[in-house]
Amino acid sequence: MFLPFFYELRRRGVKVGAQEALALAGALKAGLHDSSLDGFYHVARALLVHSETQLDSFDQAFLSHFQGVETAGLELTQELMSWLEEARDRPQLTPEEMALLEALDPEEIRRLFEERLREQKERHDGGNRWIGTGGTSPFGNNGFARGGMRVGGKAGGKQGMAMMQAGARRYAGYRDDLVLDTRQLAVALRKLRAFARDGAPDELDIDESISATARNAGELEVVTRPPRRPNTRVVLAMDVGGSMDPYAAVMSRLFSVASQATHFKELRTYYFHNCVYGKLYATPQLTGGMTVPELVAQVGRHHKLVMVGDASMAPYELAIRTDAEGRYKADGQEGLTWLMQLAQHFERNVWLNPEPMGSWRSGSIAMIAQVFPMFSLTVEGLGEAVAHLTRGRTVKGAAARR
Amino acid sequence: MTPAPPSVRFRGTDSYLTHEGLQAAVNCALTLQRPLLVKGEPGTGKTLLAEAIAQALGHKLLTWHVKSTTRAQDGLYVYDTVQRLYDSRFGDGDVRDIRRYIRMGPLGEAFSAPERVVLLIDEVDKADLEFPNDLLHELDRMRFRVTETNDEVAAKHRPIVVITSNNEKELPDAFLRRCVFHFIDFPDAELMRRIVDVHHPGLDAALADQALKVFYELRGFTRLRKRPSTSELIDWIAVLKAQGVSDLKLDENLPFLGALLKKEQDLVSVAEAFGRGRRTRA
Repeated sequence: MFLPFFYELRRRGVKVGAQEALALAGALKAGLHDSSLDGFYHVARALLVHSETQLDSFDQAFLSHFQGVETAGLELTQELMSWLEEARDRPQLTPEEMALLEALDPEEIRRLFEERLREQKERHDGGNRWIGTGGTSPFGNNGFARGGMRVGGKAGGKQGMAMMQAGARRYAGYRDDLVLDTRQLAVALRKLRAFARDGAPDELDIDESISATARNAGELEVVTRPPRRPNTRVVLAMDVGGSMDPYAAVMSRLFSVASQATHFKELRTYYFHNCVYGKLYATPQLTGGMTVPELVAQVGRHHKLVMVGDASMAPYELAIRTDAEGRYKADGQEGLTWLMQLAQHFERNVWLNPEPMGSWRSGSIAMIAQVFPMFSLTVEGLGEAVAHLTRGRTVKGAAARR
Repeated sequence: MTPAPPSVRFRGTDSYLTHEGLQAAVNCALTLQRPLLVKGEPGTGKTLLAEAIAQALGHKLLTWHVKSTTRAQDGLYVYDTVQRLYDSRFGDGDVRDIRRYIRMGPLGEAFSAPERVVLLIDEVDKADLEFPNDLLHELDRMRFRVTETNDEVAAKHRPIVVITSNNEKELPDAFLRRCVFHFIDFPDAELMRRIVDVHHPGLDAALADQALKVFYELRGFTRLRKRPSTSELIDWIAVLKAQGVSDLKLDENLPFLGALLKKEQDLVSVAEAFGRGRRTRA
């Protein structure tokens, strides 16, 4: 039966449970799959997958379970995929060419494919050997060979068999463990929303109107109240320059999303380099801004502090002593102390780190993770960070999760 | 509550073309009597799907457009207190009958309908985060209680519920578990050709070919911020037809590009890429 398939799915992070199993059994009993593997693929996908982020994992699980296709064999290089973007059209194939393509059996095709994958070094359009577009090779995008392998691109021509469809890994772009795009960022940040009644009373309060009218012996008395307005205040501080350069793109996306978000009552953005040395700057060029004591005095404890940075530096950089203006001073505070001062002031704070989680165990990252709860800058991590920010008060210093 | 006869199968309609994956999802939802959750790029026909199901199965369609201020309660019923207060003050109508002031929302209407209906809950992600959770019980049991009158509204025939989402918010797991899920892919060229044919019957074949070719070239153009989708293509062809354009080429003089590209930056980048006759594409 399909129970092993369920465990395969769970292993790959598609959390299916008894409810899905029963639903699938019900659907199969009703004959919805038309007794075909194709039908089963579609029915199972509709019932077991609940989000497009899981479609790719589902496809992989389906492949490995029902055919034992080597998943590793499908890991195509990014470069190869770029050769296949924006495919050329090849309008017609001669019947002879078609026949030649149809003659290949799947085993042969896979063997040839892997061989080519090792040899090919550049983009090819047309031609009959390489992986490319618009050609008569059995591999590539926009081709005709029914038994061939489609590599990248959008599903073309004939809707393939379930195996080939699953193997196409069309949904790889929707996986949620990838680093974020703008929309996903916005979705994650939107969870930070909270409302409070504030401002001019211009909304009819029905319950109050009724009780006021009743107290007034039936004489109509209208009571109004202020409407619900967003009440989240956020302080966003980002590391710029140096080791953060590789993450410039994702940082600028995070910034544009945060500044466009309409559901914050207030958003303050600051920049720092490597570590906070007494001062947070208003621009990425490290000018303007205010000192940590000033910020702490101006901004309440209920603001949510989001620090973004790779937290990677030489250990001595955490120990540099400066005054509040960022000038070196032997009797100033250490960088790490400045960070602690921020963490202590804001009741809810997180540190988002674009570095892969595997490198968080040691060095300056581990030290900063003692101060701020650290989350990775991916859809998953941001979701967890936001959940942490919106949850109630927790014990200070119990941070350093993950 | 009667289970749907197993013979009822959805196969698309004359004007709404589907493929196996979507049909399987719809049929699962029909047979298992679960809500169908549809996601996909904007303009791929999520909302139209509900209309197509209603049309294909011959049911009435009820639509509930969800807005950012919508609460789950609005979908069940609204107790018009203000009207009742007003009536009691000015003596119009019988204020003792509270039922006169209970108005059914779309969900309530679907439950109390004398026949099976299709209920579309459009853009469920627009509402507050708790919105889907508040509807869990009602969608599961297909019944609710009007607290003011203690009447129970239970579905005589479980409505076919279609829910669309644009992914602006994540939906809660408990809600997702109860739904049949389908992600509408962007149609491939062949399906798109059929979709165009359905919307513009008798369109000049040469124009259709050229329009599709330009359209997919534009979509493949990776620098675009908002890639054009099906509904934009249909609109664009309508404009081309109305203006009697017969010859198309992807260059800086592409007519009515504004119908396809909605962002200024996109128009600029297309003009840059093709305007100087230098293609950045291989």
